[in-house]
Amino acid sequence: MRKRLQKWRIASLFAILALLLAGCGEPFVSALQPAGEVAKRQYDLMILSTSIMVLVIIAVVVIFLIVIFRFRRKEGDKSIPKQIEGNHKLEIIWTVIPILLLLILAVPTVTATFDFADTKAMEKKDKDGKTKDALVVNVRANLYWWEFEYPDLGIVTSQDLVVPTDEKVYFNLTASDVKHSFWIPAAGGKMDTNVEGENQFWLEFDSKKAENVKDVFYGKCAELCGPSHALMDFKVKTKSRAEFDQWAADMKKVKKPVAEGDLAKQGEAVFNKSCIGCHAVTPNDSRPEQARQAPNLATFGERERIAGVLEHDEENLKNWIKDPEQFKPGNTMTGTYKVTDEQVDALAAYLMGLKVEEK
Amino acid sequence: MSTYAQKKGFGATVWDYLTTVDHKKIAILYLIAGGLFFVVGGLEAMFIRIQLAVPDNDFISAGLYNEILTMHGTTMIFLAAMPLVFAFMNAVLPLQIGARDVAFPFVNALGFWLFFFGGVFLNLSWFLGGAPDAGWTSYASLSLHSEGHNVDFYVLGLQISGIGTLIGGINFLATIINMRAPGMTYMRMPLFTWSSFVVSALILFAFPPLTVGLVLMMFDRMFGSNFFDATAGGNTIIWEHLFWIFGHPEVYILILPAFGIFSEIFATFSRKRLFGYSSMVFATVLIGFLGFMVWAHHMFTVGMGPIANAIFAVATMAIAVPTGIKIFNWMFTMWGGSIKFTTPMLYATAFIPSFVAGGVTGIMLAAAPADYQYHDSYFVVAHFHYVIVGGVVFGLLAGTHFYWPKMFGTMLNEKLGKISFWLFLIGFHLTFFIQHFLGLMGMPRRIFTYLPGQGFETGNLISTVGAFFMAVAVLILLINIIMTSIKNERVGNDPWEDGRTLEWAIPSPPPFYNFKQLPLVRGLDAYWVEKMEGKNGMTPAEPLGDIHMPNSSILPLVMSFGLFVAAFGAMYHVDDKSWAIPVLVIGLLITFGAMFIRSVKDDHGFHIHKEDLLDDDDKGAKA
Repeated sequence: MRKRLQKWRIASLFAILALLLAGCGEPFVSALQPAGEVAKRQYDLMILSTSIMVLVIIAVVVIFLIVIFRFRRKEGDKSIPKQIEGNHKLEIIWTVIPILLLLILAVPTVTATFDFADTKAMEKKDKDGKTKDALVVNVRANLYWWEFEYPDLGIVTSQDLVVPTDEKVYFNLTASDVKHSFWIPAAGGKMDTNVEGENQFWLEFDSKKAENVKDVFYGKCAELCGPSHALMDFKVKTKSRAEFDQWAADMKKVKKPVAEGDLAKQGEAVFNKSCIGCHAVTPNDSRPEQARQAPNLATFGERERIAGVLEHDEENLKNWIKDPEQFKPGNTMTGTYKVTDEQVDALAAYLMGLKVEEK
Repeated sequence: MSTYAQKKGFGATVWDYLTTVDHKKIAILYLIAGGLFFVVGGLEAMFIRIQLAVPDNDFISAGLYNEILTMHGTTMIFLAAMPLVFAFMNAVLPLQIGARDVAFPFVNALGFWLFFFGGVFLNLSWFLGGAPDAGWTSYASLSLHSEGHNVDFYVLGLQISGIGTLIGGINFLATIINMRAPGMTYMRMPLFTWSSFVVSALILFAFPPLTVGLVLMMFDRMFGSNFFDATAGGNTIIWEHLFWIFGHPEVYILILPAFGIFSEIFATFSRKRLFGYSSMVFATVLIGFLGFMVWAHHMFTVGMGPIANAIFAVATMAIAVPTGIKIFNWMFTMWGGSIKFTTPMLYATAFIPSFVAGGVTGIMLAAAPADYQYHDSYFVVAHFHYVIVGGVVFGLLAGTHFYWPKMFGTMLNEKLGKISFWLFLIGFHLTFFIQHFLGLMGMPRRIFTYLPGQGFETGNLISTVGAFFMAVAVLILLINIIMTSIKNERVGNDPWEDGRTLEWAIPSPPPFYNFKQLPLVRGLDAYWVEKMEGKNGMTPAEPLGDIHMPNSSILPLVMSFGLFVAAFGAMYHVDDKSWAIPVLVIGLLITFGAMFIRSVKDDHGFHIHKEDLLDDDDKGAKA
């Protein structure tokens, strides 16, 4: 018996060791390496609750170990222990102490709940109906892709969310088909994008932490939404306020993309025939939401990933266009167009040339 | 009763079980069916773990993975844990209160067959175009978006098995209120009976919201209504509320009977009465009550607003108090006792630290703002497996070993039992502990794969290794059951030697009428009281007389089968199949026909005569 217990201890030791090896996750996707005010406060709350709970666990484990080692029955022992009904003093102690511990936890819980829900800044509008001093992003989740609209800037983009650092960014969240959930673990907890109504919350991105991850955080869909739920990733690109303003200005300037080179020009022709019904290529897409059926491709050449998950290169892009179903089962693009292999090459050249930032 | 069964041929035995209304046989049916579904759900879990063992794995495809994860959850909760809980409630509860059967034996059988046909219907989806794929929670927007009949199987299968559970709960309530033996006051009821009592009340109030939700969804999917269709003015959040108003009490419905089983085991193998019995009863009732007040903590990220979130956060934390009381009471039951570590006792002791770990993560989850991080991540997966496996499954495994001799009259092998216990315990912690960290490191739940380079590789591999330990443990348990059944060494009334409650005062397995004479209960732990006064058995509360027993009937099975047939009609009616409506009608005719027969045909049961009971004396002694 004791030997077996030791075995068990070795197993748990092994688990802890493995944990250390795994570290606390990657800084661009881990809630344990908070990179912003929301995530930081959530992390602090985790630490507080964990510490309180560790106290409880220690109390339980100490009594537990004493009990299972001290009161073990000897072979052939026929004695009958004293039958104890209870003990009021003890029972009151283990009722009152947990209540006190919970109160300690309840206070910061309630405060943070209200702070995180404070989106009053979104409601202060100037006379043009634009939000006064807050950046607002409308997030629209779709079957396996994300759209980010900056209503006050007149910009629409997809898959890569661009945000300024060290300030609160406010989000309107909604979904256009089924329920999804918007989660950037390193920046803060998630909020659902429902099919009815809009949810609002804010996040903040710390510039120093952003530097550590080369200004790219990972975002995820956290609500089961169909076969490719696991592949509904997006990226967050952080910029300083000045860089962000520059980016926004560049985005607003774009009128119509210019295809460079013959192949890209052919690609543009194919695109205008087969793809433009769903995909827009300018960031100032003024069509209503329902008409924006597919990701905006204005910044496609600058994207972090193809379709949110594949490495960003032409080979992957071609494969994706040829058979999207292979990479994202259940996506809404499969089967909506027909292109030959040559046309795919042209399309790839065209799409890779879609860039906004002047570098 | 087994002495009678052994004399019969195989066919007759099968017929006997198909028509039985005896709570002990229904318990065995629940145990077999629930065990079978437990193995199915376990296999699905293994597929999940194999798929996630390495990044970018293609062991199973994306769509199939969603079907497997949905069926794993649905099967484990509705078709494995629930019926296994019902198995022990059926096997033990009437014996513990000194009753000859449940209040409505016919309804008891009906409950089983409804569950069984609902479960079979649900699992037939694998062979008829694909299983449900919207998660066991089946959130409305996704489940309405899901094409094919996949989700229809969920909607219809759970409705049928849900009715079975509901009438089972009502039956146990009536039984406990009305059929306690003389002297068995409420505050002398064993804790397993108490928790079954509270659980039955929870079932009574929790299952109707689920039924309502399922009916609304059935109409949306099959008959063109728009309750949950947001584009037509419906609202999907209503489904989430209905589901969790059921779903949260449901987890207490599962855990409280496990608490009950543990309470019996701790007292028995410590040779000590339960510490703080009345506070245990109070805590059980309180947990049941609070269980209805906290459902929205599953929905903190839905956008209910800070007021609702704060209220539900604090309410959820409150549940920790009665649960903590129970943990300490159990430990102080052992304190000063004379502890014998049998297999059931090993499960019970291992349950304490395992469940405490699950409980404290529950408190962490209750802190709403932090839950925004935990929600729908692997942290939640780790949490609920710690409470459900560390609590419910440990309880069911402990109960299986503990009550096996009472149900079947033979002991499971202790050595094999202990081997499988250790494997299961190690495997359990290996599988789920690491998942807390995976969640915090940013891994969402219900993903069929993950890309390399995000720091999820090591944790997932460890988790998969752990799952194999658990699989081997279950395999050894099955071998144990087979070997034990073949050897079939008979045991006496009180095989654990320290039995305290009424069920240990009668033969194993008990005769089909349970108590020849109803026992007189003179205190908590009725049998123990008599033993301590040097008596061999209970003092009878009545003179030996004729016993009135119910007749067996095939009607419960027929009624359930009718609904099973009707469900196919309702489902294929959507495809404009010409045979669909007739099938629906025929199915309902079968059900209503059987109900009609039951209503008009008088069935007075039969009497066992005093003389036959006297004859039985010798057999009882032998058994």
